[in-house]
Amino acid sequence: MLIRSTPRHEPLPSEITPRRVWQARRRLVQAAAAAGLAGAAAGSLQAQTGRPELRLQSRPGPFGTMERPTPYKDVTTYNNFYEFGLDKDDPVKHAGRMKTRPWTLAVEGAVNKPQTFDIEALLKLAPMEDRIYRMRCVEGWSMVIPWVGYPLAELVRQVEPTGNARYIEFVTLADPKQMPGLRASVIAWPYTEGLRMDEANHPLTLLTFGLYGEILPNQNGAPVRLVVPWKYGFKSIKSLVKIRFVEKEPVTSWVRSAPQEYGFYSNVNPEVSHPRWSQATERRIGEDGFLTRKRPTLMFNGYAEQVASLYAGMDLKRFF
Amino acid sequence: MKGALRARRPAGDGAGAPVPPASARTALAPRWLSGLKLALFVAGLLPLARLVLGGTHGWFGGLGTNPVELVTRSTGTWALVFLCASLAVTPLRRLSGWNPLIRLRRMLGLFAFFYGVLHLVTYVWFDQWFDVGAIVADVIRRPFITMGFLAFVLMVPLAATSTDTMVRRLGRAWGRLHRLVYLVAIAAVLHYWWHKAGKNDYSEVGWYAALVALLLGWRLVDRWRSRR
Repeated sequence: MLIRSTPRHEPLPSEITPRRVWQARRRLVQAAAAAGLAGAAAGSLQAQTGRPELRLQSRPGPFGTMERPTPYKDVTTYNNFYEFGLDKDDPVKHAGRMKTRPWTLAVEGAVNKPQTFDIEALLKLAPMEDRIYRMRCVEGWSMVIPWVGYPLAELVRQVEPTGNARYIEFVTLADPKQMPGLRASVIAWPYTEGLRMDEANHPLTLLTFGLYGEILPNQNGAPVRLVVPWKYGFKSIKSLVKIRFVEKEPVTSWVRSAPQEYGFYSNVNPEVSHPRWSQATERRIGEDGFLTRKRPTLMFNGYAEQVASLYAGMDLKRFF
Repeated sequence: MKGALRARRPAGDGAGAPVPPASARTALAPRWLSGLKLALFVAGLLPLARLVLGGTHGWFGGLGTNPVELVTRSTGTWALVFLCASLAVTPLRRLSGWNPLIRLRRMLGLFAFFYGVLHLVTYVWFDQWFDVGAIVADVIRRPFITMGFLAFVLMVPLAATSTDTMVRRLGRAWGRLHRLVYLVAIAAVLHYWWHKAGKNDYSEVGWYAALVALLLGWRLVDRWRSRR
């Protein structure tokens, strides 16, 4: 019987990595390194327009997702902002005429210190943080957006809500001279939204002044907006002019015009369908499309760990 | 030739008019008509070319930020446009007296079906990724999708019986069968209307609804008049 022995210093043929395989591995490592660099660039939130006067000073904040941020161009050209028209590219076309300076935000209602903030004062009210959040639109698409802002709770603290303040109502600018979309009676103007007090004070709820390290472009809700990442995008009201602390649940614009379709809470919930489409999946802009299928939508948009306790014992099908 | 066509039209319903056999038509067809048909054929493919070249080469501004949505809406809109165009043939022919228009009707109808197929394929493939359970649930639970699906299903027998052979074989039944196109138009408009209902955004669908109402209303009036 012939026994073939292999010299100890030579590798077994089975141990040799085929050329095709190691080349593929190298490509993978290179791609990963490149992706890491891209991620780092997004993480440092480099200026997108190259205009230094638009930069916002900020520090990294909590709750950041590791997902790839949606390209700046998509974030700033695919918008729902009906005050400027119903098509996704209407805001970028028409929002330029909105004047964001001077700008004031009136805070009123059940508070000890009602006051009107100038935008410059508002910008300095608390340190700015980078918050990379998922944004899930009720229409079934989503983005990952690096916002800049500070928790709404900081503002709430400043005005000292009274015991009667159980909800907050938010109001967007409604000026027909600057907003051509107001001519259409799509919903009740001015655009109005609302949050329960505990939702407003949640550390995830961001009073937002910028994205991608720069001040908000007008079409994204300049100069100041709300971002509530566990709710459908329309709850994240843009271009705020008024905040009112109230006792009763505010009637939001969407609840007023289509109560069977949009509820006050509007938490992202894959199990509660919109009457005209399922909410079980979503298309991540810039990623899902003709080559990859839509991804499953996560309960509370993936922020269940942070916010599920706010709704303990509530029937989320009824309070949709 | 005009006289021959007019004579064959049954009173009251132009859409159900049988078309003369192929042999007779080719013999009668003037040269310019085949040129017109070719032009219509090329024009009918332009919306598709726009989508394909937009997707592969980024022409015409590409397909935008949400390409699947753009393709879904574009194919749906063009299906409705061609449907309206095919429904406009009979009224226009009668009002203008220009009978060769009827020779374009089949192609218009088939283009409506073609873009309807693309619209459905975009939904089934790129929106739902062949998730049969989700699609069935959509069709059953969501009235706007039910209507879209109904419009498509009703178009299938019309497309299938669009050949000369089928026109001959079915005879008078062909005309009755093809009255289904009225239901297709109503279902298509409802599909679009309910899709837009949430935003109260009827600016565009309103025009199509008005057009379809006009085209179908004209037929009702025409029928009522010819009965008297």
